[in-house]
Amino acid sequence: MKILILAGYWILVTILGLLYMGIARKVTARIHNRYGPPFYQAFLDVLKLFSKRETASHGVMHSLGPVIAFAGISATLLFMPLGKGAPVLHFQGDLFVVLYLLVVGPLGMALGAGESNNPNATIGIARALSLMLGYEIILFMATLPVFVHYGTASIYDVIVKQGAFPNWAGLKYPLSMLGGLIALHGLLGEKPFDQPIAPHEIASGPMVEYGGKYLGLLQLWHAIGIIVETGLFINVFFGPQNIVWFFAGTFIVFMLAVIVNALMPRFRIEQAVRFYWGVPLILVVLGILQYYFWR
Amino acid sequence: MGLFKISQGRSLWMVHFCTGCGAVEMPPTMTSRFDMERFGIAPMATPRQADVLLITGYLTVKTLKRVIMVYEQMPTPRYVIGFGSCTVNGGIYWDSYNVIKNLDLYIPVDLYIFGCMPRPESIIDAFIKLRKMIEEGKANKWKDYIERYDWYKQNQAKLFDINKWRVQK
Repeated sequence: MKILILAGYWILVTILGLLYMGIARKVTARIHNRYGPPFYQAFLDVLKLFSKRETASHGVMHSLGPVIAFAGISATLLFMPLGKGAPVLHFQGDLFVVLYLLVVGPLGMALGAGESNNPNATIGIARALSLMLGYEIILFMATLPVFVHYGTASIYDVIVKQGAFPNWAGLKYPLSMLGGLIALHGLLGEKPFDQPIAPHEIASGPMVEYGGKYLGLLQLWHAIGIIVETGLFINVFFGPQNIVWFFAGTFIVFMLAVIVNALMPRFRIEQAVRFYWGVPLILVVLGILQYYFWR
Repeated sequence: MGLFKISQGRSLWMVHFCTGCGAVEMPPTMTSRFDMERFGIAPMATPRQADVLLITGYLTVKTLKRVIMVYEQMPTPRYVIGFGSCTVNGGIYWDSYNVIKNLDLYIPVDLYIFGCMPRPESIIDAFIKLRKMIEEGKANKWKDYIERYDWYKQNQAKLFDINKWRVQK
């Protein structure tokens, strides 16, 4: 029974993630004053990619890279409650499991892309891992006061304990919430922070040698990743009371990121890391101080 | 199988090989004025991710080598669109000593767009026609390249030594 529920959540999140991607392209197009592709375009893209025949492989690890990335994000999904009343697996300390499993995706891609011997892929991987130095610290420090406040290290317990609207942790710790939002932007890889896959500079970075079914798997990885990453933010700071609220929240946060993405140019990599170690770091440190002095 | 065909027709990712002056017609086609993304057509950065190879203009013998390398890297099913008069009969370069005259002697071309230059409307029109051909199962020139590989290689060998130009590992 639990397996069926797990499979149901997985399918739901994949479909909604692809839908978010399609709507994001539509929203970006409207901001550019274009008509834009239909909202189901992401489904067509994935279907097409899975119908293609790959002509070349660069070795075993090159083929396994997308599989590792996809498996990593699917495993993360199991520990991510979809709002209150929809936890899949939860236990004390699952926050740390989620934060570690989130790294498996980029790591799998790094292993796979590294074997392709393409210099663009190597640059992309180096950029992805450098950028991680920026946002991972901010993300962890932003969630820290919330978890200390509720005295738990379980994402599900935080949702249950913070309750409905006026008691949102995001309203108690607004500075941490703001810092977390900026870190989330880097985690999603939206535009000021899309150095790892900059298509105009390094020809889509780690994905440069991936086409066909590999790229289809990476698209699904991205689709689930959107929900998991925005879901982490929503679960910690806005305590969604049911699954509808969860998806509404992730949608709003993701659309915010998409709008910023459509309006922004791209940082250079050292500018991006320096940006994260500036204002967002001050914000999240103030959030931690707020926990100690006026909680 | 029908669903795959529809998705292949409605999600055409292209790598536009900007060889000649035709490339100047691509920016207005992609951006706000003509917006080819509304038909699911998106520019891609690498040949591995692409379905359509768009040859925009004349090809010298030297660029032809690169085009063949790009074409052979694309995963199947793959399509080629020849863009402008230069790919059909050489265009204004009809008597040039180093520009190829008929593109489809060297790589299989599914569709030609006539004109010098073709307008963005006709580029989008060509993509719509390619979509119809894919949905009807007529865009099968990539199979022709596999079946008559030696014929294409013979034609290429008349222009240059095909064994020498490849990068040896």
